[in-house]
Amino acid sequence: MRIIAAISLLGLLAPALAEADTLIRAAVLRVDVAGLPPISRLDLAPSDLGLAGARLGTEDNATTGTFMGQIFETADFVATPDTAAAALEKALAGGASFVVILADDATTLALADLAGDRALILNAGARGDGLRGADCRGNVVHVAPSHAMLADALAQFLVWKKWDSWFLILGSHPPDIDLAQAFRTSATKFGAEIVEERVYEDTGGARRTDTGHVQVQKQMPVFTQGAEDHDVLIAADEVGIFAEYLPFQTWDARPVAGSAGLVPRTWHPALEAWGATQFQNRFEAMAGRPMREEDYQAWLAIRIIGEAATRTQSGDPATLRNHILSPEFEVAGFKGQKLTIRDWDHQLRQPILLTTGALTVTVSPQDAFLHRVSQLDTLGRDRPETECSFP
Amino acid sequence: MRLAALSLVLLAQPVLANKVFISNEKGNDITVLDSETLEVIATFPAGNRPRGITISPDGKELYVCASDDDTVRVFETDTYTETHTLPSGPDPELFVLHPSGNPLYIANEDDNLVTVVDVQSHRMLAEVPVGVEPEGMAISPDGAFVVNTSETTNMAHFIDTATSEIVANVLVDQRPRYAQFTADGKLLFITAEIGGTVAVVDVATKKVIHKIGFAIPGVLPEAIQPVGLKITRDGSRIYVALGPANRVAVIDGASFEVLDYLLVGQRVWQLAFTPDERLLFTTNGNSNDVSVIDVAAGEVIRSVPVGQQPWGIVVAPN
Repeated sequence: MRIIAAISLLGLLAPALAEADTLIRAAVLRVDVAGLPPISRLDLAPSDLGLAGARLGTEDNATTGTFMGQIFETADFVATPDTAAAALEKALAGGASFVVILADDATTLALADLAGDRALILNAGARGDGLRGADCRGNVVHVAPSHAMLADALAQFLVWKKWDSWFLILGSHPPDIDLAQAFRTSATKFGAEIVEERVYEDTGGARRTDTGHVQVQKQMPVFTQGAEDHDVLIAADEVGIFAEYLPFQTWDARPVAGSAGLVPRTWHPALEAWGATQFQNRFEAMAGRPMREEDYQAWLAIRIIGEAATRTQSGDPATLRNHILSPEFEVAGFKGQKLTIRDWDHQLRQPILLTTGALTVTVSPQDAFLHRVSQLDTLGRDRPETECSFP
Repeated sequence: MRLAALSLVLLAQPVLANKVFISNEKGNDITVLDSETLEVIATFPAGNRPRGITISPDGKELYVCASDDDTVRVFETDTYTETHTLPSGPDPELFVLHPSGNPLYIANEDDNLVTVVDVQSHRMLAEVPVGVEPEGMAISPDGAFVVNTSETTNMAHFIDTATSEIVANVLVDQRPRYAQFTADGKLLFITAEIGGTVAVVDVATKKVIHKIGFAIPGVLPEAIQPVGLKITRDGSRIYVALGPANRVAVIDGASFEVLDYLLVGQRVWQLAFTPDERLLFTTNGNSNDVSVIDVAAGEVIRSVPVGQQPWGIVVAPN
């Protein structure tokens, strides 16, 4: 029995083994923070959030690897902020030279510093502009979009619509404040005006009460009452405390955008353009659920490693890393154009989808906004604006 | 007298009319054009999301990849009635018919497989595992190799048709979509949609010997996305559909230089010549029309409205 298994395994691997296979090891580390459940139960996080995307990326790399004599391994780790450092050490001890991290800004930064030159970190979760600015690190590639990119993507569309008068409501948590600052910067950059700002204080409390929508229907109109004339309400609620309560509950009959309503994202499970349908099908067949942004970003991070291995025909971590950070690097990601990495802050350039619950409404950059180098650089911090300097 | 009349008729119609079949991806139907009058002569339903389309060498059978039905539908080209379906594997998008008319080689995007189907017995002969998201399919003129391009693996896989095994893999730029051999079988051209290039592969060595790039004043580089491609029989000209750049590039077959960009409809996908290579048709997915190119003059002479989101195109050989 055991012998038969060994033989058939050998049979499967034989064509690849013939060329002395190269093993390329990566890890994906997700750091979960305890908190309230999301406002909508549709947004509950699946247990394999992000990990499933990385798994599909590894499968895709492995398929290509069979023709290249390359084997890809990705080890999964789920940790809390307290156990994240130990998990990273374990991943590195296991031989991973590339670590995909899905965590908040502070944890991502701490893990990047802990890894040092032992691994290239692929940030697939944290969106803070500081990580791409004053706190940037040479050993980090940002696959997740920055707040600045997301805000600029939305701003371009709203300005094109001539909805350039904004009422900004921000949450009281640090990531909300970071996102709100990105909207302020975008408004200035694209000629919109924030006519009023309000802060929605998070006072805690349970989500699942039997009174449900009744209080929301009373509270939100009052909270948004008497604002300066505006075209659109922008919610900056990175933590997910209030934004989903806003659409149709505002005092004025105005659309909501930002953290609810029209939401800028890297991925949406209804996207069908650019061959995305087959990609969605492959993911859903594997994971048994629709693909989320975290999955897309983790998939893309793993594909970046695979693409570097294919192009350099190498499994040497330094060779792969040099290629990923070189001007020659490009990767396809079902976004209708090649994705590349900015040399000034290691942010991946990518189109941003503006989505509702059911569909992609539009994709930024919008045609009207031009750039002398790459139109994608109209989204986020451009070279002259960056606060990042790598040592 | 009768003879004179006959020759007069022949003189008046020096060009034979061919049926042009266009698959309308969103309209779920096939538009039939007359290649001489350029009029729509018929429209018939073709299942869900018809894309790849080809025709038997005798011109009698039309094969259509009904992508959302996970099948290949077969129609009579004179009556437009569906005679049967062929097992295709899931989500068939593009395929290529052996020069002899049998078998049919189908790319299954969702399953990383190329399926080989006998069009006579309607049976699946083989499944060949390939890279991620197989798409483009080409067959060498002698029928020895089938080439499949895989969009996420970014390779052209050379499959030996005798053994159904991959004998070589050629790495090309991002998202290879379409491939065609020259009629002499010496070169293989492969479009890379996201890479924005066309790779020229030497078939003997299976190496990329040249990469064709494109630049169009006033068009963003990201919008130049090579998809469909056709080569003249003598190999002197290569035509490449550039997707959202709304242009067809005309390339010199000897120097590989781009000679011209012809403005066609929006989101140009696939191309097809008339058998005499006098006309080249393009399907334009976003403007719902077909552009007609006069090959000798190098000019777009007509645009013909067809169905919703035209994708694939084939011209009957007779």
